[in-house]
Amino acid sequence: MPQISPFIIFFASIITSNMILSNFLGMCSYLSVSSEYKTATGLGMAVTLVLVLTTVINWAVYEYVIVPLEIEYLQYIIFIMVIAALVQILEMGMDRYMPDLHAKLGIFLPLITVNCAILGVTLFMVIRHYGFFQSLMFSLGSGLGWWLAINMLAAIREKLKNAKLPPGISGAALSFIITGIMAMAFIGFSGIFTIQ
Amino acid sequence: MDFSVILRTVGSLALISGALSIIISVAEKVLNNYGTCELDINQGQKKLSVQGGSSLLSTLAAEKIFIPSACGGKATCGLCKVQVLEGAGPLLPTEEPYISQQEREEHMRLSCQIKVKGNMRLMIPEELFNIREYICRVESITDMTYDIKLLRMKLPEGETVTFKAGQFMQFYTKPYGKVKEEVFRAYSISSKASEHDHIELLIRLVPGGICTTYVHTVLQEADQVRLSGPYGDFYLRGDCEELIMIAGGSGLAPIRSLVYDVIEKGLPHKMRFFFGANTVRDLYYMEEFAQIERDYPQFKFIPCVARPEPQDNWTGETGFVTVALENQVDSGDGKEAYLCGSPGMLDACIKILKDKGFTDQTIFYDKF
Ligand SMILES: Cc1cc2nc3c(=O)[nH]c(=O)nc-3n(C[C@H](O)[C@H](O)[C@H](O)COP(=O)(O)OP(=O)(O)OC[C@H]3O[C@@H](n4cnc5c(N)ncnc54)[C@H](O)[C@@H]3O)c2cc1C
Ligand code: FES
Repeated sequence: MPQISPFIIFFASIITSNMILSNFLGMCSYLSVSSEYKTATGLGMAVTLVLVLTTVINWAVYEYVIVPLEIEYLQYIIFIMVIAALVQILEMGMDRYMPDLHAKLGIFLPLITVNCAILGVTLFMVIRHYGFFQSLMFSLGSGLGWWLAINMLAAIREKLKNAKLPPGISGAALSFIITGIMAMAFIGFSGIFTIQ
Repeated sequence: MDFSVILRTVGSLALISGALSIIISVAEKVLNNYGTCELDINQGQKKLSVQGGSSLLSTLAAEKIFIPSACGGKATCGLCKVQVLEGAGPLLPTEEPYISQQEREEHMRLSCQIKVKGNMRLMIPEELFNIREYICRVESITDMTYDIKLLRMKLPEGETVTFKAGQFMQFYTKPYGKVKEEVFRAYSISSKASEHDHIELLIRLVPGGICTTYVHTVLQEADQVRLSGPYGDFYLRGDCEELIMIAGGSGLAPIRSLVYDVIEKGLPHKMRFFFGANTVRDLYYMEEFAQIERDYPQFKFIPCVARPEPQDNWTGETGFVTVALENQVDSGDGKEAYLCGSPGMLDACIKILKDKGFTDQTIFYDKF
């Protein structure tokens, strides 16, 4: 276990090691669900929630199942199965106990199962040998960082809706350009903390 | 590779996926069990005790209350609207595109999207209780054109159906060939509304279509088929002097029923029926409509062929229906329009009608 404070990990994963802006993970839903600020917020919230839950559970699965059984070579399959199962149960539970939240996030949950940021955080956690508390803060930070990035993109895209753009640049091209500029801006933070 | 490694790999994968599936099924049993729920329909007129956990649409169908639906619950048709006064929870993102602001205030919901999770109070229009299921016997299958078949079905002895001319039925297929599931599709009734013991449908083959392939290649005379209905708000309003009717292909079905309805009820409306076809081969029921035209001067039949061949000796209107419409209908005053056919044709015709002064209140249509 590396000797980094979980709080450093938390802030680093939001700012200097942002899942989208420096790791480019979870791009598909980031690009496709960012045309409206409101829905982007819903997705960001759902990703954060699922990230924290899956990372914590995958940490336990790794420490107490995968390592003792010496089946590290199966970790990808197992992590994916755990994520898929957890999202299903989460959806049913939310539908039951938090219908308001389910109404907002319900349609995003199945989409998140295949979001690579989710698997990415779990795999980083394994590669970097994080302990429990470190993993928890890492997943929370990564989720919030993802949320921040998608909200920024959505806000910018909403502002640009009425802008006069050169033909051919609107849509996906524009999103990539904005993301690139945001990523460059985030480079400015590098050096504050490092975890990678 | 070591045999024990293979064994451990397979064993641990099996164990983990087994454990996960057990957890999911237990969660489903616990979380998705909403117990018995009470449904109050039309202010206490009907009370049902149902098992919660499924969509309102399928829960009602299990209680023999059939809400119209053309997409089978995928939230793409918007037909399954029901007024839910209590117990539906917040509007879901999947419903939003189909529920207008006014409908929101009236608590309209897509019944295929909302789940029965507790007691609910609903309002269901009286005529939907009229919707029933019928197990009919196929009396005859007739080729009307190379791709349209007329399906005539007899209701079970002693049973009758009451529908408004123009409405449609849902037709259920049985599994066949590679299709492992029952599907259902909407088909307009082409027979007379006065005929209560038979139902006729006109079914055009859609290449690769599940239901139409079933009807065209699998279904035989004397087979049993399941129908439910009648559904739909495509029927005569009659608040005018003249009815402009427009159909293409199998869209002729509900129009045929409408024309007979006006005649049999002795209504005073003048009628003009524009029937669009691509080629002369696509025309059918020509003799029958010509005969009606001779017997009832209030009715005019205007078949339009877009691309007649020289050897057809076609003497009627040439070109798309839109051309005939443009030339022959002067204004929307005192008229109502009834359209049925493909979305492309309908959109083109509706545009012309609106330019002539027809409005959303005087244009009625079913898009196939
Ligand atoms: C209110 C209403 C009334 C209708 N009345 C009639 C009627 O009287 N007679 C009649 O023949 N049909 C009618 N239809 C259309 C009918 O319900 C089916 O959609 C159609 O017969 C195709 O069913 P399928 O199962 O064979 O095709 P599917 O298996 O559903 O579709 C196969 C493929 O064909 C495409 N496809 C589906 N429908 C069409 C279409 N209409 N044109 C072109 N491509 C299509 C699909 O996108 C798909 O790729 C009506 C539809 C509605 C909504
Ligand atoms: S059944 Fe089609 S939208 Fe509900």
